Amino acid sequence: MTSATQIARDVKSGATSAEAELEKSLAAVRARNEELNVFLYVDEEGARAQARAVDARVKNGEPLGALAGVPIALKDNLCQRGVPTTCSSRILEGWRPPYSATVVERVLAAGAVALGKTNLDEFAMGSSTETSAFGPTRNPLDPSRVPGGSSGGSAAAVAANMTTISLGSDTGGSIRQPAALCGLVGMKPTYGLVSRYGLVAFASSLDQIGPFAKNVEDAALLLEVIAGHDPMDSTSLPEASPSLVAHVNDGVKGKRVGLVRELIEGADDEVVEAVSRAAAALREAGAEIVELSIPETRLGLSAYYLLAPAEASSNLARFDGVRYGLRVDAEDVTAMNEATRTLGFGAEVKRRIMLGTYALSAGYYDAYYGQALKVRTQMISAFRSAYQKVDLLLGATTPSVAFKFGEKSDDPMAMYLSDVFTIPTNLAGEAALSVPFGVGETGLPIGVQLLGPGRSEASLFAAARVLEIARAS
Amino acid sequence: MALPEGWEMVVGLEVHAELRTATKLFCGCANMFGDDPNTNICPVCLGLPGSLPVLNERAVELAMALGFALHCTVAPSTFHRKNYFYPDMPKDFQISQYDLPINSGGYLDLLDGSRVGIERAHMEEDTGKSTHLGGTGRLQGADRSLIDYNRSGVPLVEIVSAPDIRNAAQARAYASELRGILIATGASDGRMEEGSMRMDANVSVRRPHEPYGTRCEIKNLNSLRSLVRAIEFEALRQIEVLEAGGSIRQETRHWDENRGETSTMRFKEEAEDYRYFREPDLVDLAPSEEWQARVQSGLGPMPAQRRDELASLFEGDAPGESIALAVDLDLDRFVRAANAAGVDLVLALNRATNELAASETGVDALSEEAFCETLLMEQRGELSATQTKTVLAELLAHGGEPKVIAKAKGFEQLSEDSLATTIDGLISAHPQEWGRYVEGDDKLTQFFIGQVMKLTKGQANGKAVVEVLVERRARRH
Repeated sequence: MTSATQIARDVKSGATSAEAELEKSLAAVRARNEELNVFLYVDEEGARAQARAVDARVKNGEPLGALAGVPIALKDNLCQRGVPTTCSSRILEGWRPPYSATVVERVLAAGAVALGKTNLDEFAMGSSTETSAFGPTRNPLDPSRVPGGSSGGSAAAVAANMTTISLGSDTGGSIRQPAALCGLVGMKPTYGLVSRYGLVAFASSLDQIGPFAKNVEDAALLLEVIAGHDPMDSTSLPEASPSLVAHVNDGVKGKRVGLVRELIEGADDEVVEAVSRAAAALREAGAEIVELSIPETRLGLSAYYLLAPAEASSNLARFDGVRYGLRVDAEDVTAMNEATRTLGFGAEVKRRIMLGTYALSAGYYDAYYGQALKVRTQMISAFRSAYQKVDLLLGATTPSVAFKFGEKSDDPMAMYLSDVFTIPTNLAGEAALSVPFGVGETGLPIGVQLLGPGRSEASLFAAARVLEIARAS
Repeated sequence: MALPEGWEMVVGLEVHAELRTATKLFCGCANMFGDDPNTNICPVCLGLPGSLPVLNERAVELAMALGFALHCTVAPSTFHRKNYFYPDMPKDFQISQYDLPINSGGYLDLLDGSRVGIERAHMEEDTGKSTHLGGTGRLQGADRSLIDYNRSGVPLVEIVSAPDIRNAAQARAYASELRGILIATGASDGRMEEGSMRMDANVSVRRPHEPYGTRCEIKNLNSLRSLVRAIEFEALRQIEVLEAGGSIRQETRHWDENRGETSTMRFKEEAEDYRYFREPDLVDLAPSEEWQARVQSGLGPMPAQRRDELASLFEGDAPGESIALAVDLDLDRFVRAANAAGVDLVLALNRATNELAASETGVDALSEEAFCETLLMEQRGELSATQTKTVLAELLAHGGEPKVIAKAKGFEQLSEDSLATTIDGLISAHPQEWGRYVEGDDKLTQFFIGQVMKLTKGQANGKAVVEVLVERRARRH
């Protein structure tokens, strides 16, 4: 399959058409969606109308956007007007949002064709897509294994060549971890770079939308389209979208890259080796590699599992059966709320709502939520001082390659640990990406993680591009 | 009403006022009372999944203006989420201010010279409005509930007083003065009947100089009358309990307007744990010095200053109650304008606090110029008192030119000339009565006034009639 960059170029030149590209995508979906459970909803009609509109613009010689005619998959926690949005939860069954997320508006305005909505862990709570109320997504590279999560469907859509690009959301690693497990490039941008308006919130202070792609250039292209200030999101950074594609080949010459001890600690040997090879490749390309330690990152997981559930417990309160989605009737409104939430939410969501409610409760706030906030502050300053010494950081994305179904789903702690390397970036509000670098014993891809300070996306893509080239040679 | 000997009440008020913005606190929907249900709504104020709040700048300005008027410290502030389930609250949390409110530490001086501390005046969003049909008529046990989300997200300011109030009259004076300030700052229209200003009262009783007693909070008092009645009932109830050897349990109580009593809603132990935490979807609010200065310098005079200004126009004792009423109803500007135009101060104040105050349609249609002109016509005897009231009523209802209205009503015949002609006609028609009057029988004055009134259908100015009669008699001598 060609790249998104190539499709857009060919659509513009007339070498292909948006509708032809859409048909290819639909054929790929028909071939494997039943087996892999990637898309919860394929908006064939809507996508066809969008593709025809792009082709009409080509025919009329009208200006075209950066993603002209490129099919894209959307994680099903992104609102698209009139298209079912479930967050893979029964509680939102049947809900069609009356408005679109800012990122959806932006990709459509850039000429992308929205193929449909992809599976995720329920409300993005999970690391394997196994908590989806509509069944797990299978890893296209090995259907006996998970694609990672929570954005497993969006990763699988690209890995299965159903689309060249997709959008996911990353609260504690939900883009980077599935990108690693599916052999893709996936980025969690700086908090505030991409508008969250229309992203169904899991943990508002940590959530960030970002791209999946097969290559660095496509990921940069998609992020460029969706980034930039949005007046509908108060936490949106004031600046316009950064120039990313233009800097993809800037290289790493003269850059200092810190290899972080804690970000490979406990990872499988093959993962640690891949990270070392990546360090060597960066050094080869002119970067200086510095080994360093950021002990605060060890506290990330604990802090995250207080902060994220606390925010989630409040964000998910609105799913009460009153206004939309599921309603289970009962004798009075309180009983209706209870019955609806009991049936509508899965076990993992309930676990986190209870955790979060407890962490915020009178008498426990200081010990749990308050303490976690302090850890978060420490994390921010620890990263800040690290970035005074180096430009970027390097580590593993995830401790292992894609694991088998059921391997961790009965043990929440084991599952939570698969995000141990990705969580610190969300807590610090900074940027990081996962880029494939080598394969493990089973032939499954290994991802390495590059981390940078706020607004370092261009440098991160440039470094990832160096690894992409090194991998190919 | 006095409390039994040896008891004192301690009251603090929490007043919620809707801010007079064009749009809601966190979205662009109209902030409009009385529209069809669920017409001013959008994904944000319906709390739809994925929607996010964006703070209304105008609401911040109005809140700051109120803060300055209440002598508060205006400081950088934050928003929190107050979490609890309620069907008319679409997110099942309310965005409010918690440990860092925009305004804190002010005071309000009352007419009686007392000062009530203001602990804070913070911003928050209003909820939707529920209507419960059938069954109990309350949320639990109604057959159905209807929810109008037009009010959801309307900006509120909550003004929390210190427990400085010691009787119901003072509570009333505080609420009334606060309402005047809300109106004077433009922060709110203060319309209690529309729910733009709602009050909760914290009431406790104690023996003077003893520590505060246990308080009870009475919710949703929607008029000054309810406020006074509820506080008095509650204080007496608590005294009764204590004198019988009982103790007060901290609780939230409901005021029943029809039965004139409070009753238990929930005890403190049953109170919700709101699990407050910082609203992650909003950024900190830190109004610049420059912005604050602009808001502060834009403030007009507050009611106390306006009362003083009006009182200073009177030589000797000023009619305090009428002045307070005029300022309260924002009618003092009419009185000042009329006074400047040469209208008698007492006349102007009377017309403002009677005719203007009684207007059911407000005073928007009446210009200060038209008011002055009408009163000058009255003062010159061109209009009788009755005619003046008719002209003012017309001006209040539809606006217009006083002279044109007077003419259209047929009042112009009562100009001095036409009045004199009428009286001369009466003199010719009643020579005997006129003769007795000329000889000094002043009782006949009433006869002639009566005749003039009959002919003019009651529209003549009695004082002007007497003036003409006196003048005609003088000519005969």
